[in-house]
Amino acid sequence: MNAIDIKNLNKSYDNGFKALKNINLTVKKGEIFALLGPNGAGKSTLINIICGITKKSNGEVKIFKYDNILQYKLTRSLIGLVPQEIATDSFEKVINTLKFSRGLFNKKPSQDYLDFVLKSLDLYTKKNSQIRTLSGGMKRRVMIAKALSHEPKILFLDEPTAGVDVSLRKTLWRYLNKLKQTGVTIFLTTHYIEEAENLADRIGIINKGKIIIVAKKTDILEKLGTKKLIIKFNKMVNLSKIQKKYDLKKIGKKIIFTYDYKKQNDDVSNLLSELSNNSIKFEDIEIEKSNLEEIFLKLLDK
Amino acid sequence: MNIRGIQAIYIFEMSRAFRTIAQSIASPVLSTILYFIVFGSAIGSRINDIDGVNYSSFLVPGLVMLTILNQSVSNSSFGIYFPKFSGTIYEILSAPISPFEITCGYVFAAASKSIIVGLIILITSSFFVEINILHPLWMLFLLILISVTFSLFGFIIGIWADDFQRIQLIPSFIITPLTFLGGSFYSINMLPEFWQKVSYFNPIVYLVSAFRWSFYGNSDVSIFISIFATLLFLGFCIFLIAFIFKTGYRIKT
Repeated sequence: MNAIDIKNLNKSYDNGFKALKNINLTVKKGEIFALLGPNGAGKSTLINIICGITKKSNGEVKIFKYDNILQYKLTRSLIGLVPQEIATDSFEKVINTLKFSRGLFNKKPSQDYLDFVLKSLDLYTKKNSQIRTLSGGMKRRVMIAKALSHEPKILFLDEPTAGVDVSLRKTLWRYLNKLKQTGVTIFLTTHYIEEAENLADRIGIINKGKIIIVAKKTDILEKLGTKKLIIKFNKMVNLSKIQKKYDLKKIGKKIIFTYDYKKQNDDVSNLLSELSNNSIKFEDIEIEKSNLEEIFLKLLDK
Repeated sequence: MNIRGIQAIYIFEMSRAFRTIAQSIASPVLSTILYFIVFGSAIGSRINDIDGVNYSSFLVPGLVMLTILNQSVSNSSFGIYFPKFSGTIYEILSAPISPFEITCGYVFAAASKSIIVGLIILITSSFFVEINILHPLWMLFLLILISVTFSLFGFIIGIWADDFQRIQLIPSFIITPLTFLGGSFYSINMLPEFWQKVSYFNPIVYLVSAFRWSFYGNSDVSIFISIFATLLFLGFCIFLIAFIFKTGYRIKT
């Protein structure tokens, strides 16, 4: 079942700027979907349209089969949003801001559930503190707690770990994985490729308002990734014949042979045999797999 | 109907008022006491009765109205402007709550706060002057009607404003001058004929007049014309708010 179904979604602003261009996207129930893209690519605009903060120009957005405009009360009750900027009522107590959020989403008061959320996010001891007294990381966790206060089925996180230290980032990742186990669908946007690599089941890449690719993380790596065979020699060797044949890159006492991630061919064994037949001894061999970051940058360059 | 959503906004707004009690309640009460001391006791003792009412007592409905109008507009405009300024409006816009429910939450809270302040001023003034309320139910009805109407007006200002200066613009340059010139401190009949006619173009005259009538039974304008004018303004504000939410003006891009 699809948690989010977007068809032919467009967004143009009054000044003519097209923020989203014909977006088609589905997010399955229970998955973690990461949307990657540079600044201004349209990530936040997409989230804001789904959540009802920004108006779409045309197209269709469905949340669990319900239209997000025609049945906005129903769809919004299923959604929790953590925006990019930390926006809280500084003078309000943590527990009160959570009660406010829960009430706003028409949920019966539940001290037990709110305590559970606060404990899960290591905020329980701060429940009676004013938000302004908390650290930046804690404030961000308060934002997540607010989004979870009404027990949403889909959680949107717009760059949840921007400006957050490594330790907190990893704590949040662990928490999001736990949340996924409870059946919550998670849609996150991020700059950090590492975040997408660690968390996401599927990844989408957006640039200049267009979705370039949506696929499983492993599929993207296999489809677009490359492997590098790096052979190190203990002295300078003459490889002119072989270098041309295999399109090798020579850097000092190293040669680099780049080949497709998934491609099954005999080039690697042929290359090694050829070196052996020419009595060229090598010191070491390494294989490097390309990561998502390289693929991301390659796609954006296109 | 998302009653819990309305309640959440209402409780949030009221708790903000009580958290800043000095600013939201004590300050208007102090200002009114100063008005009583200056205009009621010091200057008022040298002014004759107006329509058979002692000048200090005559002042009470006008002063309550002055406070009610300013409080309703400023409470409501600040209430909706601040989430826009701080960014917390995202939560309201992404919640399953209709524009009508959002307006109810903010406007009822703003009106409640100004009614509370109005009643406190009324009680405070009873320590300075003798007050008789001839039509207490009408007085309460007008208090509620005017508070709600001007809270709606303040809500529009709060949405329209894109900085703090604009929030103060209409209360400072329109509401307060019109209230001062609307018979808060005098009867319209005391003005030369020309200025009396000009005063009838001031909508506040109708509010002050009706409110004073509920106290002393005297009014410059018919009570029904006053109520009709207020209801007309209320309808205009509701229409404007409906338009704002329909188009997303200054709320949604």
